[in-house]
Amino acid sequence: MSELANLLIGLAMGLNLLALGSSRLPSVIRTVAVQGMALGLLPLVLETRFDWLVALVAVITLLVKGVMIPTLLRRAMRTANIDREMQPVIGFVPSLLLGAAGTIAAVAAARALPLLPEHADTLLVPGALALVFTGFVLLVGRVKAISQVCGYLILENGIYLFGMLLIGSTPLLVESGILLDLTVGIFVIGIIVDRIQRAFDSLDTRKLTVLRE
Amino acid sequence: MNAYLLILIPLVGAALAAVWRGERSRPLLLPIFAAAHAVLVFWMLWHPPEVAANAWLGFDPMARAVLPAVSLLFLACAAYAVSYLRLRAERPNRTFVALLLAILGLLSAGHQARHLGVLWITTEAVTLAAVPLLHFNATPRAFEATWKYLLVGGTGIALSLFGSFCLGYASLHGGGSGDLTFAALMAQGAGLSRAWVLIAWVLLLVGYGTKMGLAPMHTWKPDAYGEAPGIVGAILAGGVTTVAFTAILRVRGVVEAAGQGAVADRTLLAIGLFSLVLAALLVLGSRDFKRMLAYSSVEHMGILVIAAAFGRAGVWAALFHVWSNSLIKGALFLSAGNIRRAAGARTRDEVRGMAAVTPHSAAIFVTGMFAITACPPFGPFFSELRVLRAGIETGHYAATGLLLTGLLFVFFGLTRLVFAIVDGRPRTATKTGEPRVRETAGVIVPPLALLVFSLWLGLATPSVLHEAWTAAVEQILSTR
Repeated sequence: MSELANLLIGLAMGLNLLALGSSRLPSVIRTVAVQGMALGLLPLVLETRFDWLVALVAVITLLVKGVMIPTLLRRAMRTANIDREMQPVIGFVPSLLLGAAGTIAAVAAARALPLLPEHADTLLVPGALALVFTGFVLLVGRVKAISQVCGYLILENGIYLFGMLLIGSTPLLVESGILLDLTVGIFVIGIIVDRIQRAFDSLDTRKLTVLRE
Repeated sequence: MNAYLLILIPLVGAALAAVWRGERSRPLLLPIFAAAHAVLVFWMLWHPPEVAANAWLGFDPMARAVLPAVSLLFLACAAYAVSYLRLRAERPNRTFVALLLAILGLLSAGHQARHLGVLWITTEAVTLAAVPLLHFNATPRAFEATWKYLLVGGTGIALSLFGSFCLGYASLHGGGSGDLTFAALMAQGAGLSRAWVLIAWVLLLVGYGTKMGLAPMHTWKPDAYGEAPGIVGAILAGGVTTVAFTAILRVRGVVEAAGQGAVADRTLLAIGLFSLVLAALLVLGSRDFKRMLAYSSVEHMGILVIAAAFGRAGVWAALFHVWSNSLIKGALFLSAGNIRRAAGARTRDEVRGMAAVTPHSAAIFVTGMFAITACPPFGPFFSELRVLRAGIETGHYAATGLLLTGLLFVFFGLTRLVFAIVDGRPRTATKTGEPRVRETAGVIVPPLALLVFSLWLGLATPSVLHEAWTAAVEQILSTR
C-alpha cells in the first residue's frame, strides 16, 4: 500500500520539475491536472479498508482537479486569447535548478522533523514540502496570470498532500468544504482573468502597475 | 440554536436579495436583515448561551466579545448603502447586496468557529465573497486591485490551511486524536508535539496575518481599500480583519496551552511593531486619502497584535481596541467615500477645500481622524491607553516606547494629509456649478452614529462589555 502511495507522490514530485521546465502554458495546465489527479487517487491507496465516503471524496477530487479546473483554465486562456509562451521572470533552467534544490531540501527537512513511525518511511511530508516550494517558485517566477494560478494550484496540491497525514482524523466534511472553496476560488479567478484581459488587453501582470507606491 | 440563527438570518437575506426583482427596493433588504442580526447579537451579548465544549460552532465568550462590534458596524454600513446605491443607480446592485449580506453571515460563522477547519472554510469564503465587491466600480484600476487581493489573499489563506494541518499533526504526533476543535487542542495542552506547534503557529500567523493585513503581507490592502467603495473598505477594515484577529487569538490560546506562550508573544510583538513602524512611514509619504486609511488600518492591526503580546491585560485591551477601531474605521471610510464622490479625486494634489464643498462629511472625517489617532475622549484613546499600561506592567519598556513613537508619527502623517484636503479654497473643478453630491441624511447619519457610539464607548464603557472581554481573555489564556 505504502509502495503505491510513494509511487504516486514521486510522480507528483517529478511533475513539479516538468511544470517548472515547460515553456508553453497548455502543457503546464496539463501537468498540474495530472498532478492533481495523482494526488486525488491517494486517499483510495492510503485507506486500508474501503469506505464509501472516502471513495466519493476521491472521485470528486479527481473530477475537480483533473477535469473541471483545467477546463476552466483552458477556457479562460482561449477567451482571453493569450499567446502560449510563458515569459518567465526566473528563467527555465534556474527554475529547474531551484526546484531540484528545493526537492532535496524538502527531503532533508522531512528527515529533521519529528514524524510518527507510520509516516516516517513515506514520501508524504517531503512531497508536500516540495510541492509547496515549487508552487511558490511558479507564483513568483511567472508573469502571466494563468501561470500564476497554476503555481497556486501546485501550492494547494502540496497542502492537500500534507492533509493526507490527517485523513484518519479529519472529518470528510471539512475536506469537502476545502475542495468546494478551492473550486469556487478558481472559478472566481477565471472571471477576474477575463475582466483583466478586457480592461488591459493583456494578461501580463507586469502591466498591473498603476497602483504603485 | 441562536448561534445558527446569527449565521442563517443574513444568509437568508442574501438568498432573498439574489432573487429580488426590484432594483430600487433591493438595497432596503440590507438594513432590514442587518438590524435583525444586530438585535439578536445584542440580545445574546446580555444573555450569553451555554456552549457545549466540543461544539464546532457556538456563541462562546470570544465570539461574544467581538461579534456585536462587527454587527453594529455592518448595520451602519447597511443604512449608508441604501443612499449610496441610489446615488450609483447606473450600476446593477444584485451581486453587491447579496454578497454584502452573505459576508455578514460568513463573518458571524467565522467569529463563532470553534474548529480550525470550519474557521478556515469561512475565512476563505469571506475572502472570495468580497472579490466582486472590490471591483464594483469596474475600472481597470479596480480589477488590478482585485487581482492583487486574490493572489496575496489566496496565498495567505493557503498557508493558514497548511498551518491548520500542522496543528492537527501536532495533536496526532503527541498521541491525540487529531481533533481540530480548539477546545480539544487546548485540552491536550503540553501533550502537543512542540516542533509541530511552532511550525503551525508561524504558518497560521503568516496566513491569518495576511488577511489582517500585517506588514509585510499588507501589500494588497492599500490597493483594495483605495479602489473599493467606502462601504466595502469599512467592512473589510472593521469586520473581515477582526475575524482573522480572533483566529490568531484562538490559535494563540492553543500555543499557550502547549507551553509555548513566550515564543508566541515574541513573534506577535515583532510582527506588530514592524507593521506599526512601516505603516507610520507609509502614512507620512501618502498623498491619497483612501490609501492613507489602508495604512492606518495596517497600523491598528499592528497595535492589536502588539497588545495581544502583553499578557492578559493586553489581550483585554486588544478586544477593547477591536471595538473602538472598527467603529471609527467605519465612520472614516464612509465619510471618505462622501468626500471622494464630491471631489472626484483622491490625492492631495487634486483635492482641497472640502470643508466648503462637503462641510458635514469633512467634519466627520476630521473628527474621526482625531479619534483614530487616539485623541481623547473617543474609544481608541482609552483602549490604546490600556495597551500602553499593559505594556509597561509586563515590562516591555522598549516596545511601549516604540509604540508611542509610531503613534506620534502616524498622527503627524494623518493630520498633514487630512488638513491638506479639508482646508484651503476648493478647486474650480469642484466649485463651479451644482455640487455633484448633496449631503443627504442617508450618507451623513450612519458615520455620525458610529462616531457617537465610539464616544460613548470611550466615556462610559458598558459593564456588560467589560465582563464579555474578561470572559474572552479567560477562554484564551485560562492556563496562564
